[in-house]
Amino acid sequence: MGRFAFKKETILGMAAVAIAWQIASMFLPAFLFPPLSAIAERFIEIFTSAQVLDAAATAGRILAGLLGAFILGALLAFIMVKSATMHRYLYPLLQFNQGIPALSWVVIAIIWFKTTEFRIWFIMVATSLPAFTFQIVDSYRTISKELLEMALSFRPSRYDLARTLIVPTVIPGILTAWKVNLGNSSRVVVVAELVGATGGVGYELLQTQQLFDMAGALAWTLTLVLFVLVTQQLITWTEDHLLRYRALSERGI
Amino acid sequence: MTEPLISFRGVSKRFEGAAKYAVRDLSFDVSAGELVAVVGQTGCGKSTMFNLLTGLLQPTVGDVRVAGHDPFREFNALRGKFAVVFQSDRLLPWRTALHNVAYGLELLHRPAAERLDVARKWLKQLGLAGHEDDYPHALSGGMRQRVSIARAFAVNPDILLCDEPFSALDELTAESLRNEFAGLIRATGKTAIFITHSINEAIALGSRVLVFRPPAQIAMQAWPAQAQTEERRALMRESILAAMTAQ
Repeated sequence: MGRFAFKKETILGMAAVAIAWQIASMFLPAFLFPPLSAIAERFIEIFTSAQVLDAAATAGRILAGLLGAFILGALLAFIMVKSATMHRYLYPLLQFNQGIPALSWVVIAIIWFKTTEFRIWFIMVATSLPAFTFQIVDSYRTISKELLEMALSFRPSRYDLARTLIVPTVIPGILTAWKVNLGNSSRVVVVAELVGATGGVGYELLQTQQLFDMAGALAWTLTLVLFVLVTQQLITWTEDHLLRYRALSERGI
Repeated sequence: MTEPLISFRGVSKRFEGAAKYAVRDLSFDVSAGELVAVVGQTGCGKSTMFNLLTGLLQPTVGDVRVAGHDPFREFNALRGKFAVVFQSDRLLPWRTALHNVAYGLELLHRPAAERLDVARKWLKQLGLAGHEDDYPHALSGGMRQRVSIARAFAVNPDILLCDEPFSALDELTAESLRNEFAGLIRATGKTAIFITHSINEAIALGSRVLVFRPPAQIAMQAWPAQAQTEERRALMRESILAAMTAQ
């Protein structure tokens, strides 16, 4: 019931925005508010022409950046939970990093690196890494002392302890970090592509801006949103599967 | 003379920053096949003694031996030798009842088919056939504690350590589990240390009762088998209570 109500409200909300847009398009110039049909035409064109490669390039950059940030972030988290000294050194550095705007990383990457792809990857990693590290460190700290003692009573190897207790405990935190970072990364990647790339959603958005092509700008934006929503859904399904053991209350909050 | 399976020799434990000892000069032996019940009031040092025994704590002074090994320094030497039933069930919430029972065997690297067979057998023995695929949240408190008892027995340990395993259950469930547990211990011939704050439980289960008073000092020992009549048992209960509460 709850899920159906949510879906119905989502559809109604989106429909209201679309109707308002269509009405506006009847009274305002097309370069400001193009009709929905024009936006749909451009959207379909993206997926039925070679432009789909630009969408794929952006998707690939987001996933590669997130994967890199996840691996390096998990490594830093591992070092931080293993060494209190390293935790004291790294924690303020990561906090400092979180204060750096994505645009600053874009400028730094352009000055530091020659290769466009590496620049984008670097920006994605630099902006996403702290969230992964913080989330994993925090999840590690939630490991129940009682469960740890129970596991230790069987004298497990370090590998078995990590596999059977630590990893299952930190998985919810990792999935949350992926979901949060996915939304952030989709915004950062566009900025990164705007200033340096010769392809991708950001590059295409720059082209539409120069041509005053609002239908194209919206079609490319929708493409990126679609990618984020589909990936979010995949993560949610993964989450539902991995966390299926959790008890659900029949009465919602 | 055979060496005791468990021995404490002049063991003291003081936690860092604590003014007083949690355990002071504790000495006792447990022979193979004994079921020793340790009874005492809350805060008398039972749990500290238990953690020293499991190797989770290191004594400040003295020597703890379990099957000839120091459980703290030779932590891994006791792999598979003992199992623990805790006060709360401590089941892994992401594992089904079957996989929780098989957990210890998995950590001992037994083949998957063997450990699942053993786990099924123990679930059945403890009346949980049909609940193999249930997650802990779908089981009652008594059922979860049965799963944790099955998990301990499944590794076929030489020594079973129990830390007030029935204290969180209602009296009816606790009574039924206590009887099943005692039957299993006798049938398998395990050596067991059973910590409780219930004098009745200690007398009902123990072949020997160690009465603790703070800081984990043995105030009295009793052998319930010697109290054959209800009158003698009542006397034993009174003596234990007096020993527990004496200053």
